[in-house]
Amino acid sequence: MGIDRREFIRIAGLSTLLGLGGKGAFELLRPGQVEAAMEPAPGALEGKRWAMVVNMQKLDDATASKCAEACHRVHNVPDFHSPKDPKDALDPAVINRYEIKWLWAEHFHNAFPGEEQEMPEKIKALPFLLLCNHCNNPPCVRVCPTKATFRRDDGIVMMDMHRCIGCRFCMAGCPYAARSFNWRDPRPFVKDVFPGYPTREIGVVEKCTFCAERLAQGLMPACVEASRGALVFGDLLDEKSKVRETLKKYFTIRRKTHLGTNPQVYYIV
Amino acid sequence: MLEKALVGTKRYYGLLAILAGIFALGFLFYLKQLQFGLGITGMGRDVSWGLYIAQFTYLVGVAASAVMVVLPYYLHNYKAFGRVTILGEFLAVAAVSMCVTFVLVDMGRPDRVLNVFKYPTPNSVMFWDIIVLNGYLLLNILIGWNVLECERHDVPPPKWLKPFIYISIPWAVSIHTVTAFLYAGLPGRGYWLTAIMAPRFLSSAFAAGPALLTLLCLIVRKYTKFDPGKEQIQTLGKIVTYATLINVFFFFCEIFTVFYSQIPDHMLHFQYLFAGIGDKARLVPFMWFSIVGMITAALLLVNPGFRQNETTLAALCGLVIVTTWLDKGLGLMTGGFVPNPLEKVTEYWPTMPEAIITLGVWAMGFLILTLLYKVAVSIKEEIRS
Amino acid sequence: MADNNYKNEFGFFAERPKVEKKFYDRKKVIAGLVIFLALVTLPLWPNLGKTIPAPQRQLDTPVIQKMAEKDRQCLMPTEWMRANHMQMLVDWRDTVVRSQEQGAPSVREFVTPDGRKYLASLTNTCMDCHSNKVQFCDQCHNYAAVVPNCWGCHLETGKKLAEAK
Repeated sequence: MGIDRREFIRIAGLSTLLGLGGKGAFELLRPGQVEAAMEPAPGALEGKRWAMVVNMQKLDDATASKCAEACHRVHNVPDFHSPKDPKDALDPAVINRYEIKWLWAEHFHNAFPGEEQEMPEKIKALPFLLLCNHCNNPPCVRVCPTKATFRRDDGIVMMDMHRCIGCRFCMAGCPYAARSFNWRDPRPFVKDVFPGYPTREIGVVEKCTFCAERLAQGLMPACVEASRGALVFGDLLDEKSKVRETLKKYFTIRRKTHLGTNPQVYYIV
Repeated sequence: MLEKALVGTKRYYGLLAILAGIFALGFLFYLKQLQFGLGITGMGRDVSWGLYIAQFTYLVGVAASAVMVVLPYYLHNYKAFGRVTILGEFLAVAAVSMCVTFVLVDMGRPDRVLNVFKYPTPNSVMFWDIIVLNGYLLLNILIGWNVLECERHDVPPPKWLKPFIYISIPWAVSIHTVTAFLYAGLPGRGYWLTAIMAPRFLSSAFAAGPALLTLLCLIVRKYTKFDPGKEQIQTLGKIVTYATLINVFFFFCEIFTVFYSQIPDHMLHFQYLFAGIGDKARLVPFMWFSIVGMITAALLLVNPGFRQNETTLAALCGLVIVTTWLDKGLGLMTGGFVPNPLEKVTEYWPTMPEAIITLGVWAMGFLILTLLYKVAVSIKEEIRS
Repeated sequence: MADNNYKNEFGFFAERPKVEKKFYDRKKVIAGLVIFLALVTLPLWPNLGKTIPAPQRQLDTPVIQKMAEKDRQCLMPTEWMRANHMQMLVDWRDTVVRSQEQGAPSVREFVTPDGRKYLASLTNTCMDCHSNKVQFCDQCHNYAAVVPNCWGCHLETGKKLAEAK
């Protein structure tokens, strides 16, 4: 034999690397793609720049709750206030930490922090519906290390739960606190499971996706359908869309525009 | 050379056993975290980064401080540091291993970590952070090991090593800068959105790292036959002094910009940290201790009398380590997330499992440090005999 | 040859000094090897002597039974499906979620080679016919010790069947 310890370790290491590398190369070069086409569903809605207008003049507490409920119901968003099994009940502080919300309401001074002027009491009490703004220049997309969140060509900032590594950099990057993380298994807190959409697992970030899966089937987003006209959704780059008409008719404000994110949710106050 | 780490005194084995025990405990709690989710920590929707990422940020600083001993020796021929460069490099290896482990422990889906390499995203600072951290780890292992081995056989280091040594100097600055850029480029976080974030990271790194290295040198002198040298420790002390002074100065620069400009969004974070918002004031005592302690340490360290007395030097270095840890490890993370972008205050405090996992990773780092230092010190003892 | 510097610059395959062959620590090494082999084969021990039955996939779900014999075909031929269903699902996943990343239109439907169109969805298409996961999918998965991690998120009962209940 006459081989010394260092030699042995060197050869063992190289063989391991070759073995692993060989397997990897085999996987990469092996053929086997699906040989059939995929195409859009009939009636799918196509847009070039989806946007939403929230008409606060038509929104009250009851309607705002209905919109949030509709969204959370069709996406199986867990409600940590009401577990399926009462034994899983959580402390309020813990509920505040684990909370997952895609669409929710806040008062003016939280929705538009820094705007501290005198205003009618009525406006101070309005439930401003907050959600992901699907910014045109999204900081969350800029920071994601795996492109698990990416900006689609139609403007929607999409989430790929399959790729997310749960680093939460996007949550730090979002100036609107629109993103939630699955700090634990959500399934014990999803009372009525909606079968048309998956739930999520622990360790991934989620947020509003402008109901991309509904748009692809020709349906309006769930919150828009439940809003009784308070939420207007459409293609900003389509001259004849309802969103363009609404924006031409009313003055709107957006959240934190000075940050340059170019948010695409407009508020009529 | 690894065989040097396998033999030692009973005290050495005892230390290894204690560290391994703490690591094993942390590992068990980590298994629980893998099964339950990151919800066993104190993090939440509003404070989505906590103790783990704070430790990672602090340790990146400690790791980069190896450059503070490498630079004078290799670039400016400060021969005295020849004795301690290996200690600095091995400290960097231990610190960077802890950094990488903290990032893994903080991930929601560590099983998908390879996605970062499978889908490289150059516009993401985190992508670059992972690359530079791993690169720095490899560099320090390569350089430290080779130089030590050459020293053992009393030959000069091979010529091909020199470029790696020279690269490690700007690379050390880069691991810091890239980590600071993780924070400094986020438009929604006023506390972090400051150009001085990277310089502050560097200054507190060059304070904390050499302070830790000074303490380690004193420990090595006390418990082994290898003496890093009085002059070396004094020079390290001077580096700590000036870095701490600069760190305090940078802090005052931030205070001025924020409070003179009176922008409410930026002031609120400092207000939370140093005065509390409403009744939410959990971090106030820690932040005041941190800044007052840092100023005290800086002013006392300026006095050569305190530096030359190695007992007071050790105490002041310890103070520097604690205060920079509170500033970077606790204040930086929480200050950035509180109040949240909706100006609501959700406080953060680590939970017991989170603290144990953190201690476990620190124990792992110190275990690596002990093993590597044993090798280095044994070789140095061997040469000198 | 009796030189101390027997290594050349590559460190191997140089002239080596003759060393007497001796098996040091024989007892400890053999004991260690035996323990190692025992530990490595540990997963096999509980199943010694048992016969595990072959997987028996059941196709008797309500939706399949309702179809006429000649219509009972999956999206792709059985042999192809058996080999490639995971690849197909991964392709569906990447296309449905990410097709818009490269400017392609948002796609949702899968077209089989013979022109039939189906919604590309595990829960709402595959599980619609194969609604008996335990008697169908799990049969082969358990036998092959495969644990697909789809079910952590994707539901087992699709829309049509849930509404029928």
